[in-house]
Amino acid sequence: MIKRFFALLLLVGIGAIFAGLLVGYEPDPELNTTARYYADRTAADIGSANIVTAIVVTYRGLDTLGEVTVLFLAAAIVGLVLSRGRKEHAAKRDRTPVGELLRTGSRFLAPLIMLLGVYVFVNGHLTPGGGFQGGAVIASGMLLLLLTDPLKHFSHTLIAAVESLSGILYVAIGLLGIFLAGGFLDNRILPIGTLGALFSAGAIPIIYSLIGLKVGAEFSTILADLSDTEEL
Amino acid sequence: MAILAMATGFILILIGFYGALTNRNILRMIVAFTVADTGVNLVIVANAVPAAEAAARIIDPVPQALVLTAIVIGVGVTALMLAYTYKLYEKKRTLDITKFTDLKW
Repeated sequence: MIKRFFALLLLVGIGAIFAGLLVGYEPDPELNTTARYYADRTAADIGSANIVTAIVVTYRGLDTLGEVTVLFLAAAIVGLVLSRGRKEHAAKRDRTPVGELLRTGSRFLAPLIMLLGVYVFVNGHLTPGGGFQGGAVIASGMLLLLLTDPLKHFSHTLIAAVESLSGILYVAIGLLGIFLAGGFLDNRILPIGTLGALFSAGAIPIIYSLIGLKVGAEFSTILADLSDTEEL
Repeated sequence: MAILAMATGFILILIGFYGALTNRNILRMIVAFTVADTGVNLVIVANAVPAAEAAARIIDPVPQALVLTAIVIGVGVTALMLAYTYKLYEKKRTLDITKFTDLKW
């Protein structure tokens, strides 16, 4: 009881700080210098209709490489932690078969969901969306398959191959930027094209597709690892 | 509008903290943390709208790029927490955080 009281006291304190921030908040009258630079220059320099994509993939491309690495590390550690001392798969318990609706529905929907994911990351430079979002959509398709058959085993070799290949290609394209354009991960190794076309913004669609595949593979690895704990 | 989104974000953070502080089940604490995480993201995104939004018709893209990163890293952190929770459960067969007293002194 006393613990709950202290928790509430702490929350009231934090709430007071938040309220102060909220009352004192005044939105900037206009964009600050950094945002203004991105807003004005993206179309001419990068050729990407989606400014957020231009920032994530090109202006701050190195940070995105780091982010993908962090995600890879998280997936690897989840695999390591869960695989250690894992018992051999116990004899498969009799489980209630999943219903007709879920089975047929997932067979019908899973390919469509993956297609949507591919659409989202291929159009990352044109519409809101991109590699991370598309990868998450692909992984949600995998989740649907896992829900239908929790004991299903995805081919870990295939997922690992997709992940490593896209990672290596991502870095390779970044290195190409040093030699052919202005610097690491510069997107102008390919022609920028017209703003708003599918094949525009230089290497951004390729890089974001690779990121999408990599993120999708990483999330799928995490999901598969977590679902392998089923027998506990 | 931005103020409303920001207030919602702050409230979500508070709800998340409340849940993390008062629940003893580790899984519930993880859910509470993700709620607080969402609140933080909402506050950052709400911060991106300049006052003359109708005139400028453009929103500060930097916070959006930051939040994109934050969401993805949040998923990674959640996955790690779940994996460790599984190991803890395997060890002690309980999810009650007060039963884990090995580091207490």
